[in-house]
Amino acid sequence: MFENLSDRLHKVFKDLRGHGKLTDKNIEDALREVRMALLEADVNFKVVKDFVAAIAEKAVGHEVHESLSPGQQVIKIVHEELIGLLGGTTATLELAGKTPAIIMMVGLQGSGKTTTAAKLAKQLKKQGRKPYLVPADVYRPAAIEQLHILGRSIDVPVHPSQTDQDPVTICRNAVIVAQNSGYDTLLLDTAGRLHIDEKLMGELADIKGAVAPAEILFVADAMTGQDAVTVADKFNQDLAISGVVLTKMEGDARGGAALSIARVARKPIKFVGVGEDLDALEIFHPDRMASRILGMGDVLTLIEKAEEVVDRKKADHLARKIQKSTFSLEDFLDQIQQIKKMGTLEQIMGMIPGLNRMRQLKDMPKPDEKELGKVEAIIRSMTAQERRKYQIINASRRVRIAKGSGTNVQDVNKVIKSYSEMLKMMKKMKGKIGGVPVSADGKKKRKRPKGLFR
Amino acid sequence: MLGWFKKKLKIGKKEEPAPEEITGAEKIGLPAGKDGEYLASSPLQTDVQKGSEEKTASILQEDVTVLFGRLKEKLSKTRSSFVARVDELFLGKKVIDPELLDDLEEILITADLGARTTQELVATAREEVSRNELSDPQALKKVLKRKIADFIHSSDQAAELVMPKEGPFVIMVVGVNGVGKTTTIGKMAYKFVRSGQTVMLVAGDTFRAAAVEQLQIWGERVGVDVISQQSGADPSAVIFDALDHARKKKIDVVIVDTAGRLHTKINLMEELKKIKRVMEKKVANAPHEVMLVIDATTGQNGISQARLFSEAVDVTGLTLTKLDGTAKGGIVVNICREFNIPIRFIGIGEQMSDLRDFDADEFVEALFAENNS
Repeated sequence: MFENLSDRLHKVFKDLRGHGKLTDKNIEDALREVRMALLEADVNFKVVKDFVAAIAEKAVGHEVHESLSPGQQVIKIVHEELIGLLGGTTATLELAGKTPAIIMMVGLQGSGKTTTAAKLAKQLKKQGRKPYLVPADVYRPAAIEQLHILGRSIDVPVHPSQTDQDPVTICRNAVIVAQNSGYDTLLLDTAGRLHIDEKLMGELADIKGAVAPAEILFVADAMTGQDAVTVADKFNQDLAISGVVLTKMEGDARGGAALSIARVARKPIKFVGVGEDLDALEIFHPDRMASRILGMGDVLTLIEKAEEVVDRKKADHLARKIQKSTFSLEDFLDQIQQIKKMGTLEQIMGMIPGLNRMRQLKDMPKPDEKELGKVEAIIRSMTAQERRKYQIINASRRVRIAKGSGTNVQDVNKVIKSYSEMLKMMKKMKGKIGGVPVSADGKKKRKRPKGLFR
Repeated sequence: MLGWFKKKLKIGKKEEPAPEEITGAEKIGLPAGKDGEYLASSPLQTDVQKGSEEKTASILQEDVTVLFGRLKEKLSKTRSSFVARVDELFLGKKVIDPELLDDLEEILITADLGARTTQELVATAREEVSRNELSDPQALKKVLKRKIADFIHSSDQAAELVMPKEGPFVIMVVGVNGVGKTTTIGKMAYKFVRSGQTVMLVAGDTFRAAAVEQLQIWGERVGVDVISQQSGADPSAVIFDALDHARKKKIDVVIVDTAGRLHTKINLMEELKKIKRVMEKKVANAPHEVMLVIDATTGQNGISQARLFSEAVDVTGLTLTKLDGTAKGGIVVNICREFNIPIRFIGIGEQMSDLRDFDADEFVEALFAENNS
């Protein structure tokens, strides 16, 4: 994995502690790291070059009157600058004007146009509009069928296009149908095409000419590399796109393409696709994106990952149990399994900003995967009754559990002890309205169950 | 075009000490037996390898010239921008200066080779310059070309593909969403059919809307059976039944489509592992090939894709799709280098015949060759 930027800058400025001022030399070193971070995030080479040059000027200006930690200062400048480039404020769809409003989806093959069209239709429907999906991809096998199935699942009507029809005709007809049936928003799903395919690019221009769309959304894959600039530029020049949708953002791509596209097309990113579910379309947050491109501690990913593996119903159930103090060893086991599903403990720790640096210290004790497995085995070796009521676990039961789980009695004691401490903690928490006690420095203090960490 | 089969043939011989005793039909990827049936008039040949190649070549000759022209044309798009720029750099200058190296860095990075690999490449070049081994920019180009080719060659232990003793040869195709898995499968099926294999496709993508229909249309185009169940079925179950069916019908090659999934989705990667386990249970040593499909436009995330898919299902081959655009697909150089996974095919268009065998030398040569076509 890539080291994140803050770690790298930390290294650059390590010798500088105490002085705390930026000189030309440190700025140069720092910017080299910034440049690498951006390139590794797939930001286009030229965009990086311009960007770093702009930053250099700003950073030197700050030198005189600031005396923050230099690393922090550079990151702050870079981060702010990135947010600015990505479009400081959130942009929305401009659907005012003539009815029906037409939204046209364009992009390369496999960027996610069809799925995004369906997701948008669902959102628009929720907002009280009457969307109409128009499949205009007559080339890819079963593309029309795909939109029909998606349309059915979100209960939005789909235009009955045929593969032997001309896409321009399809779109023109769909507008007439929409006018007659009272649909106020059309979503045109065009076929994926290469930007260098002049014939197919011409077809898009024809569709644009025939129906005059209110929005032309360029759909781009967040994993795109250096080529994003070339593609976005060509689509923008040919069609004058009105906005960008960045798809597949739920992966681990750093998404530097977002910056490249924003820079070259100078059009706002309006949405991001964050999953295969048809609700998984979100408004674009420039600040989140900036952190992600810089590879700064990705707490958001951690949260999202947790959400992915934690069953919502189970979580609610658990919360109720904690309220009623009926948190059993069974629930304890459940918790352990959910943590395990999120990945190895080391991976999870890597995503927490502060811990990331600590991980590099060699002598730091590593979290032990086996320990979790042991706890699991011990709980599994208990009877159902024991799991519900740990008080009944006496010495002979402990010996039996230890045998059954292939551990020894001390291990069993440890698990039971940390569980009972957890229970105590929960009782305390219940008493306080704020929940977690807050320490003087404003940070949340969390007690860890002892058995889980060495 | 024929490299794929040639490679397998060689290995087949290695594995079987007495190749003369086996008929071509026993080996997969060997067009020999089936082609023999096509051209019943030609006398039986003892040299299976040579015979098969000749026959295949004669059947495909007409096609091959067309294909080659197309390949050249498609690659030239990649080439023209890249090579033109490299040449622009080298022709005008006699001495290598830092500025030249910087510009070179730019070209390599914009080809998605990645900042780190580029720095290494350029650093090596720089070293050699300071040692005065190179006074000629053209020589520098040669060094770079050799280095990149070395990266690819290091993983070029390509051919471990031998037809199993019994049962079908099973190929499992995996990748993130929208890279072109289904299209690649259609093209692969066409390739096998043309070399005389019986092919069966399995619609393991039961999740995405109309994915099954898409594969069925490809099946019709190529003229092969597609085994599918209704959308939403358990992919492992579909594959389990399909492999049964393939055995009964004595199918040579089974290609299994899977739903596109982001490599970071833990649950979906678990599902993939399960699919693989089911295959192993049903056919010994299956899947014989786990093919990861990578989109040429992909940037540095390709590394992460290769890593996580390999961890889950042990990828044995790569296909690089969408090379007909302006993207250079440089990320595969890194993947080859880091994971030792050989690149099998490249996709260069939407037609059935737009799948080529990957040839490392050709790939590098095409990137660097003088642009006079």
